[in-house]
Amino acid sequence: MTTPTWTNPIIKWIDYRLPIFTFTQHHLVEYPTPKNLNYWWNFGSLAGVVLVIMIATGIFLSMSYTPHVDYAFDSVERIMRDVNYGWLLRYLHMNGGSMFFIAVYIHVFRGLYYGSYKAPREILWIIGVIILFAMMATAFTGYVLPWGQMSFWAATVITNMFTAVPLVGEAIVNWLWGGFAVGNPTLNRFFSFHYLLPFIIFALVFVHLWALHVHKSNNPVGVDMKGPQDTIPFHPYYTIKDAYGMGVLMLVYLAFVFFAPNFFLEPDNYIEANPLQTPPHIVPEWYLMPFYAILRAFTQEFLWIPAKVLGVIAMFASVGILALLPWLDTSKVRSARFRPIYKQVFWLFFVDCLVLGYVGANPPEGYLILLGQVATAYYFLHFLVVMPVLGIMEKTRPVPDSISAAVTPGGTSGKEDT
Amino acid sequence: MRTSILGATVALALVTGSATASEGPKLAAQNWSFGGIFGTFDRATLRRGVQVYNEVCASCHSLKLVAYRNLGDVGYGAEEVKAIAAEFEVTDGPNDDGDMFTRPALPADRFAAPFENDKAARAANNGALPPDLSVITKARKGGSDYIYALLSRYAEDPPADFELSDGMYYNEVFPGHQIAMSPPLGEDAVEYADGTKATTAQMSKDVTTFLVWAAEPEMEERKRLGIIVMIFLTALTAMLYALKRMIWSDLH
Repeated sequence: MTTPTWTNPIIKWIDYRLPIFTFTQHHLVEYPTPKNLNYWWNFGSLAGVVLVIMIATGIFLSMSYTPHVDYAFDSVERIMRDVNYGWLLRYLHMNGGSMFFIAVYIHVFRGLYYGSYKAPREILWIIGVIILFAMMATAFTGYVLPWGQMSFWAATVITNMFTAVPLVGEAIVNWLWGGFAVGNPTLNRFFSFHYLLPFIIFALVFVHLWALHVHKSNNPVGVDMKGPQDTIPFHPYYTIKDAYGMGVLMLVYLAFVFFAPNFFLEPDNYIEANPLQTPPHIVPEWYLMPFYAILRAFTQEFLWIPAKVLGVIAMFASVGILALLPWLDTSKVRSARFRPIYKQVFWLFFVDCLVLGYVGANPPEGYLILLGQVATAYYFLHFLVVMPVLGIMEKTRPVPDSISAAVTPGGTSGKEDT
Repeated sequence: MRTSILGATVALALVTGSATASEGPKLAAQNWSFGGIFGTFDRATLRRGVQVYNEVCASCHSLKLVAYRNLGDVGYGAEEVKAIAAEFEVTDGPNDDGDMFTRPALPADRFAAPFENDKAARAANNGALPPDLSVITKARKGGSDYIYALLSRYAEDPPADFELSDGMYYNEVFPGHQIAMSPPLGEDAVEYADGTKATTAQMSKDVTTFLVWAAEPEMEERKRLGIIVMIFLTALTAMLYALKRMIWSDLH
């Protein structure tokens, strides 16, 4: 990459002192990108767009929100009624959370399918896992702020998980609550965390992009870019493709905002929090339901470890295990296109996640208990057994020599996914 | 395969979103004036709903998030709003002597609460607390269909094997079927100003429409803006797609 020469004297003056124009040229304009990225590669930038929308709407919402147990619920409704376009801000923010997770989950599954986590992108992937953790913490604290029944009881259930910590569990929970139950100090600090965490996510996204721009994007073929014949400049090819993708996302997102704003929300959260009345059925938001199912899958103690501790460990491990995937997957081939068995296993794992989501959404009764346990077992089996063994056993299809060879007619391999 | 993946993702949202909404007795879907993306609140229905609310519901339930002035947004004139507000008393103060006093409500006041506090409400209602109705249609699964069914589907005689506690009533859709609220909308409970026959079904429908408006006063503006936004976005996205095809055409 050559250093551009600027002709405009002002740009030249600034760039000599702070090379933002050269930086932009290198990372957003000329930036060499594989020419064969499909639409699944749109979701990273889409998630970034939603993050910005979330931060922008969140800042304005916080101007009219009152983080106090006596006023929080009414202040949210007051935003909806008396703040100019407050209903729009609030519904954008509320549904934006769901859109963020949809975009990120697709982004993660794309990485799983095409082996984007493999060398040399392990750190890029691990930063992504940390972002996912931070997103979950942000979403959870945000769910608590309207101080509805689900807010309060979800806060109670989730913070109570920390009592599973041996010896100091009780002390930790009291410390988290700022008292002996979920109360005003809890709401206050959750608001503080909910405002802080998105900026940490924002910073992590930059580190994520930094790592990305070292070895650049993976691609559907999963072989490295070997030269200019394999790449196209980011602008205008991917700027326009991302812009088009954004248009589609906005159509979906805003359809919910304007026509079904409460689709993703539990009706119970429009009942003000009441510590004396437990709702019959406490559920988190849809995007946390698979993990909720894993938490509840452990019903018996094992090796003197209480079921609750096992559940908590399993729940955190279910996300954390993703960080180990670059080493658990022993296959030398990145893309599922050339891994006939992994391609099937991937979809099995995807369905397993859907099953866990379904189990998490419903009361743990009857066959759902066993189903949740089987699905949880398979979830971990996928990472701990299937991925390592499959990488060694699987007979992969021939991988093309380069991206160009793969996408040019008559090239080594077919270009269709399935 | 791509479409099936998208389909599965949407299904995930639908399954998890609606999985919990399928419990309870079946609610008949009513044909609401505000249904669908073009729906608006029928003004005559809303007016009757206000009347039912003020004459029946307001004697036990509060509506603390809605102000009388909000009625101005749905076709009530300034004088009319004043007159409706003036029918209710609110507590104000303290005055210069340090005492609280009551005065007729003003348009700026929230709908007058029938009881001083929750304890007083329970004391007057056989121990049960009539919930605030400001967001009731958003706070119940089934929304307006549920509220309509709750108001109109009381059974005078519970099933033979059902044990009804003292002072409770049998309702077909209320969870557990025992409800402390007596059937609120008997035939001709109100005399409609517009001469409509005040049947239980009619009043239930009217007041439910009012309650949906109370819970989502922004709904009409939201849908109107939404349609404009959707048209704009569709055109923009179509153009972006055309541009994308054009820019990429030199690669293929």
